[in-house]
Amino acid sequence: MIDFLISPWPWWFSGMLISAVMFTLIFFGKSFGFSSNLRTICAMTFGRKIKFFDFDWRENTWNLTFLVGAALGGFISYHFMHGGTAVIISPETLADLSTLGFAAPEGMQPSEVFSWESVLTLKGFLVLAIGGFLVGFGTRYAGGCTSGHAISGLSNLQLPSLVAVVGFFLGGLVMTHLLFPFIYPLA
Amino acid sequence: MKFFKYLLAGTLFGIIMAQSEAMSWYRIQEMFRFQSFHMYGIIGTAVVLGVVGVFLIKKFNLNDIQGNPIKFSSKEPQMVKSLLGGTLFGLGWALSGACPGPIVVNVGYGITSMFVVLFFAVLGTYTYGLLRDKLPH
Repeated sequence: MIDFLISPWPWWFSGMLISAVMFTLIFFGKSFGFSSNLRTICAMTFGRKIKFFDFDWRENTWNLTFLVGAALGGFISYHFMHGGTAVIISPETLADLSTLGFAAPEGMQPSEVFSWESVLTLKGFLVLAIGGFLVGFGTRYAGGCTSGHAISGLSNLQLPSLVAVVGFFLGGLVMTHLLFPFIYPLA
Repeated sequence: MKFFKYLLAGTLFGIIMAQSEAMSWYRIQEMFRFQSFHMYGIIGTAVVLGVVGVFLIKKFNLNDIQGNPIKFSSKEPQMVKSLLGGTLFGLGWALSGACPGPIVVNVGYGITSMFVVLFFAVLGTYTYGLLRDKLPH
């Protein structure tokens, strides 16, 4: 049991628990949508002069608390459970990534992308900066992210959510298959 | 204390993202290369159970813990913004290897450079708010 819990979790167990999180929030009278927090952070900080951010951010304190919990969950997993063991990826992905200059995984994330050594190069920095910017811009433009559209929206059979998820994949496939060969290897 | 339950729910969410490795750039690459069932299994299981649960909540008119009827808000039926916004999001998802939830989970996990992604994600949302009236919706 303990072994099962501290090892990487299988997809079916993880999927069941995500749906449990969604229904927990629904029974608390809220909804599962993480990216709203980005808008709330804008409202809390520099955004008050803009109509889109001019609302009482305190009504979303519950979701900000959820966000703090998410970071805490990552902390707990690293220190007491997953512990940074190497992600075991499929041999095909390993081969594809190797042609882009990536070594086999040694932990949760590739050092080629996330080590400060890489982030402090111009190209390495732009990858994370542009990636983050597109995530933040795109999610609000689309009206939700993976939790709000792909999980909550599809569960409620929302057509706009299906269209957004098609967009998620369109963008992801273009980036992975057409643009990655121009970006990697970084050096 | 009334927010403690949300902290617990968020903590469970963070642990799921980490233990399932859905927060990993590698898993997102496997997904966009169609080389592993893992991410499709996670999202698919959550959606199938979600569809059944939402259906049952509506069918039996269930209430939340405060005793209010559970209502599901409809997404705005604007397909242009869903598709354009979704595509921009997808480009960023593959490039950074993380969507908004996992960005934060990564920070907690100790991937400190994810702060860069988080900062620019907030900036991206801010820019959307700034340009909102000029964008096709």
